[in-house]
Amino acid sequence: MKKSFIKTIEENGIEALSLIIAIAIWQVVADKIVQNKLLLPSFYDVIVSFFAIIESGLIFTDTLTSLLHFFVGILAAFVIGIPLGIVMGWFKKANRAIDPIIEILRPIPPLAWIPFAIVWFGLTHQAAGFVVFVGMIFPIIINTYTGFKNVPKVYVEAAKVLGCTRNLDLIRHVAIPSAMPSIVAGIRIAMGVGWMCLVAAEMFGVSNRGLGYQIWHNYYLHRMDFVLVYMLLLGFVGLLIDRFFRYYVDAKLLKWTSGTVV
Amino acid sequence: MGRVSIKNVSRIFKKEDKSSTEALKNVSFDVGDGEFVCLLGPSGCGKTTLLRIIAGLETLTSGDITLNGVSITGPDPKRGMVFQQYSLFPWRTVIDNVTFGLEMQGIDKAESRKHAEKYIELVGLKQFKNSYPYELSGGMQQRAAIARALANEPEVLLMDEPFGALDAQTRNILQDELLRIWEQRHVTFIFVTHSVDEAVVLSDRIVVMTARPGRIKEIVEVDLPRPRSRTSPEVNRLRDRVLKLLEEERFHR
Repeated sequence: MKKSFIKTIEENGIEALSLIIAIAIWQVVADKIVQNKLLLPSFYDVIVSFFAIIESGLIFTDTLTSLLHFFVGILAAFVIGIPLGIVMGWFKKANRAIDPIIEILRPIPPLAWIPFAIVWFGLTHQAAGFVVFVGMIFPIIINTYTGFKNVPKVYVEAAKVLGCTRNLDLIRHVAIPSAMPSIVAGIRIAMGVGWMCLVAAEMFGVSNRGLGYQIWHNYYLHRMDFVLVYMLLLGFVGLLIDRFFRYYVDAKLLKWTSGTVV
Repeated sequence: MGRVSIKNVSRIFKKEDKSSTEALKNVSFDVGDGEFVCLLGPSGCGKTTLLRIIAGLETLTSGDITLNGVSITGPDPKRGMVFQQYSLFPWRTVIDNVTFGLEMQGIDKAESRKHAEKYIELVGLKQFKNSYPYELSGGMQQRAAIARALANEPEVLLMDEPFGALDAQTRNILQDELLRIWEQRHVTFIFVTHSVDEAVVLSDRIVVMTARPGRIKEIVEVDLPRPRSRTSPEVNRLRDRVLKLLEEERFHR
């Protein structure tokens, strides 16, 4: 136990040192040079605020609320985006029918949907989820579509001569696994976009809880130390989601690509 | 049983600008049950097109191809195919590739694995059955592709220059192994190649085709005893004869 701890320090020495120095500079600049909590709260202030929201339990309700919004959005984007991308990638006519609609909707920034989100869903979790959904669906559709377009012809033909001839079977047994790296890349991009949309949606009043909401709320109270805590929390939760997803996907779904250059 | 009969097959490819290419013209020949036939010809002569039509991956413009008297209309597991490009599914291990056709037939997992293992052993990949294709060399990938095609127990095995991307030594080894498999399994082979050496070593008959549009120039009987030496005087004489046939095609163009 102790040995492995020392080893970790040895292995990650440079990274840890760099972080410590950055924090030290931040602390000194905030405490000795700026000397204004509104302009720049110090590291110490942030830590104190962090423990304050842990004690009050706010951290848990807000994080869980934000995660709930996120998963409402991601679920909807999966359920609608992946099948749409598949149909567009596999059937030429479906692509011709759906593509113009998507190309018109796609350039609209997801945040422009916030008024309609509120009108349609009220101040609910679904409303925030909807904004996340709008941000996520296009990268998912487009990457699924691209993955399907790029399925090597030889795999499809090999499957056909092995007795896999129905469209549904070809999609399930050949096209989806072959397109998986592209679909997964789309999901990762989408998760980044969705996370940003989530915060913006919560800030602009689609919700009265959540990490984004708290940033705006504390800004009104001029508690910039809390603003900073929530900012850092957003960063860490986003990072964790991405890492967790990558770990799971690389280990389970994309094991077979480890030899190829992606 | 796998008797293939090809009657007056023509194939014209039409492009969007209304121009058209005649790939095959009035090709007719029969392949007997359990026979090993090579299709040989200059590049672009339509030999791969013909093979793809037999596989059901391509349509014919006129004529008819039958397997045991039944016209071919689309792909069918009775006609297995090995491609020139590496065609193993990279997301499946060797054994899962070999069981693919069996799964499609609805055979349950345990039984299809048992069945697949026989064929993996036949091509000498027992140690690698749980490897992914990226972990295999080109030669091993083609062996696995052969095992995958054989596992469906096809009546005809169609091979489209399967060893074209391999180095000369691996090629020779795989040719010998293919003949061993052919002798053990009662399967009809139709093998496309541009290599005269390969055709002479492998086949019972060589169908030599003309340059585009592909017609049959001559069907050469190879009645040399097996196993064949690659350098015996008889083999060399035959090789010389086939090479001359191909050379004529070059000057005719």
